[in-house]
Amino acid sequence: MIESPAIAPADAALPRGSAMWRAFRANPLLTVGGGVVLLIMVVAIFAPLLAPFPGDAGNATHPFSVLHGPSAAHWFGTDQVGRDILSRVIYGTRVSPVIAVIVLAIACVIGVPLGVAAGFLGGWLDEAIMRVTDVFLAFPPLLLALALASVLPASLTSLTIAIAAVWWPWYVRLIRGQAASVAGRPYVEACRALGVSRLRIIWRHILPNSLTPLLVQVSLDVGGVILTASALSFLGLGAQDPTPDWGLMVADGQSYFTPDWWLVTFPGLAILVTAFAFNLLGDGLRDLLDPRRSFLP
Amino acid sequence: MNAPLLRVTDLKVRFGPVLAVNGVSLDVPAGPFGLGLVGESGSGKSTIGRAILRLVPSSGGSIVFGGASVGSLRGAALKAYRRDAQIVFQDPDNTLDPRMRIGATLSEALRTHGVVPHRDLQARAGELLAEAGLDPAFAERYPHQLSGGQRQRVAIARALSVQPRLLVLDEPTSALDVRTQAHILKLISRLRDERKLAYLLITHNFGVVSELCEQTAVLYLGKIAELGPTDVLLRAPAHPYTVALRSAVPEVDAAGRRSRIVLAGDPPQAASPPPGCVFHPRCPLAIDRCRAEVPALREVAPGHHAACHRAEEVLAGTALAPRSEPGPASP
Amino acid sequence: MNLVLSELSVSFGSRRVVAIDSLVLGHGEILGLAGESGSGKSMTTLAVLGLAATVGATVGGSIKLDGQELTTLSAPELRAIRGRRIAAIFQSPATAFSPVYKVGTVFTRALRLHGADKPEASDLAASAMRQVLLPPDLLRRYPSQLSGGQLQRVAIALALALRAEILLADEPTSALDVTVQAEVLDLLRSLRESTGLSILFISHDLAVIAELCDRVAVMRNGLIVEQGPAGQVLSAPSDPYTIELLESVPKIGSSS
Repeated sequence: MIESPAIAPADAALPRGSAMWRAFRANPLLTVGGGVVLLIMVVAIFAPLLAPFPGDAGNATHPFSVLHGPSAAHWFGTDQVGRDILSRVIYGTRVSPVIAVIVLAIACVIGVPLGVAAGFLGGWLDEAIMRVTDVFLAFPPLLLALALASVLPASLTSLTIAIAAVWWPWYVRLIRGQAASVAGRPYVEACRALGVSRLRIIWRHILPNSLTPLLVQVSLDVGGVILTASALSFLGLGAQDPTPDWGLMVADGQSYFTPDWWLVTFPGLAILVTAFAFNLLGDGLRDLLDPRRSFLP
Repeated sequence: MNAPLLRVTDLKVRFGPVLAVNGVSLDVPAGPFGLGLVGESGSGKSTIGRAILRLVPSSGGSIVFGGASVGSLRGAALKAYRRDAQIVFQDPDNTLDPRMRIGATLSEALRTHGVVPHRDLQARAGELLAEAGLDPAFAERYPHQLSGGQRQRVAIARALSVQPRLLVLDEPTSALDVRTQAHILKLISRLRDERKLAYLLITHNFGVVSELCEQTAVLYLGKIAELGPTDVLLRAPAHPYTVALRSAVPEVDAAGRRSRIVLAGDPPQAASPPPGCVFHPRCPLAIDRCRAEVPALREVAPGHHAACHRAEEVLAGTALAPRSEPGPASP
Repeated sequence: MNLVLSELSVSFGSRRVVAIDSLVLGHGEILGLAGESGSGKSMTTLAVLGLAATVGATVGGSIKLDGQELTTLSAPELRAIRGRRIAAIFQSPATAFSPVYKVGTVFTRALRLHGADKPEASDLAASAMRQVLLPPDLLRRYPSQLSGGQLQRVAIALALALRAEILLADEPTSALDVTVQAEVLDLLRSLRESTGLSILFISHDLAVIAELCDRVAVMRNGLIVEQGPAGQVLSAPSDPYTIELLESVPKIGSSS
């Protein structure tokens, strides 16, 4: 008696329409999030061509255009030294999102292997890794980043290193929990019973089944890193004026907020849109990678 | 006399303070042969299966497979053992990696031991599926697209892909529907004949061992209470626990016509086993000797062993007078 | 008292999962509802309890308790009946009790919800525990400190304390060891003798149904394919599905 697979209902329900519409219908989170992230990348690459006043992202000052509100000439207005905010926001795509991506990449590169080792291999290795992680986690994150950034020369690189050093322990903990949970599942035990090598079990089974919460967490953390960077920059420990870091622009513009609201608002919106886009992208990727929800064959 | 395929001698497995398996000895001859391990929760039956496969470390005793001691295997020898002995688990929902297609899961097993050359992987996976009663087209599917019974078939196919001589089946049908259960049991029976398989069937269901196992061991709190040919054990048990267990199992045919032996109290805690015979606190036949002296597993009839000081009386049917009203349960 | 289901349908949108023409549970009767997963037996229980909407299902047809139509009752009226006149126990007894409260707390809270005052509730709880052959001081424990069998008996005790007339039991022994299962079944039988409790016993295990139930209804895909006295249906079934189910049960004494 041979059982045949009946046609799964999911296969029969692909939406109709153009390829783009189908892609969108199949996974709206991914298309919107991915689209905006792509847009940010394009803006970053073509910043010199897109910004109306490229020099304003650097050392230019215009004493006669100080604190002008949004107008035809300056869509986002000008700041306290007369620089065009639109141009600075555009150039900012080369700073804040890039820092966030690098920080999170470093945190993952350190955090994931340590977390998997601790969760899957267990024993004394688990204890050792987690105790070290606990030490890092015991410090208030901002304080630790401050301490690190203050001993390094004030620059974007130091900023990146300082924040990454504070971020990785959270990922170790997250991945360790997932890895430990996956390691206990019958299909992993079956692999052990089959003699599959530990490396292969980690690579083929533990990692793919542990990364989903990390994906979502990373996408949420983009906004968090940008804001942490802005706090440090405000304190003078990271990006320095005139670098068009969005967080620095928000921090600097706070004192001008009433009545010159545009100094804070537009960079702030840029942070919001970026954080949101990465968040959607993360959710979309999570859905894409889940065999249960994907419409791809 | 041929040496058995698997000889377990005085196996002990400890988890922290708990002795889950406390001196179990059994033999499994080369296939086709089925040995049933029957018991309730806390009996240690699943742990025995896992210990035999070196999935949990044993704390004492020996496991000898094909003449070689399993406990001392390392490296390549251990990996070779993994081809000879395989396991199928109880839970069909988590037995397959949800992110891998069925074909990939089977290929992984085949590739680990180089069972077939790379170019034949797909074809062999298809053959394995067909042998387990599934259309080879299932190889393209993901586990969530299969029913519980179909997933269990894949699990069986995966275990058999490396051509083991011994298969441990840990409650393979407990989580399945009645009709699916019957199909899987039929599949196991067919595979046993086709592949000359020897298997250890762990279950709490007497009907299953009756259909599939020549020999059965009844386990209680990490020890064997009774061991013997299945039909003999079920027809003429020699241990009070077997009698009680048998009387507690509901049957469609015997409904209402059996009277039940009621066991006092709740199933025991393995962490603090009672002195003497582990069963004596709940045993309707307990005497002073049972409190003081651990009964050895001894032969009470040819091929039939029981660990009870009063086994002969149980066998003769004189000892136990079944009651039909429930007794008070102790706190 | 009796419970009558007529033309009962439970649907998820346009997908009908239960379509029962007629099912009657009489006073002091134990009726078995047999079937595999997906047969609709659990949804029938939820419908009788008025809880189908909580899982997104709609109920059509009639459920009458002693002539009173339950499907048209308001939420407060249903709450008064649920637990009080119709009680339920489920497969996993641990889920009936919140793990952060002592079992007794949940017990007395349920009693007081249905009108008992504090001292009365404690007395009722204690006597109900004795009825299920458990020492009342077990009520002072947390669910994690009780075994599955004990928890299930406490759940039954609660139904008794509330003076429920009907007990809906949805696979109450499937997760229990065989010997513990036998004790719970004995308990249900004796309670029926002593209090006239009517039981709707849902199970996929035909042997358990054969042991416990007076009558049985076999369900498949939401329909009742056969019903009648348990002894008769299970020894001489007329429906091919019932026959197939019975043949699938592994029998003791078949050769290996």
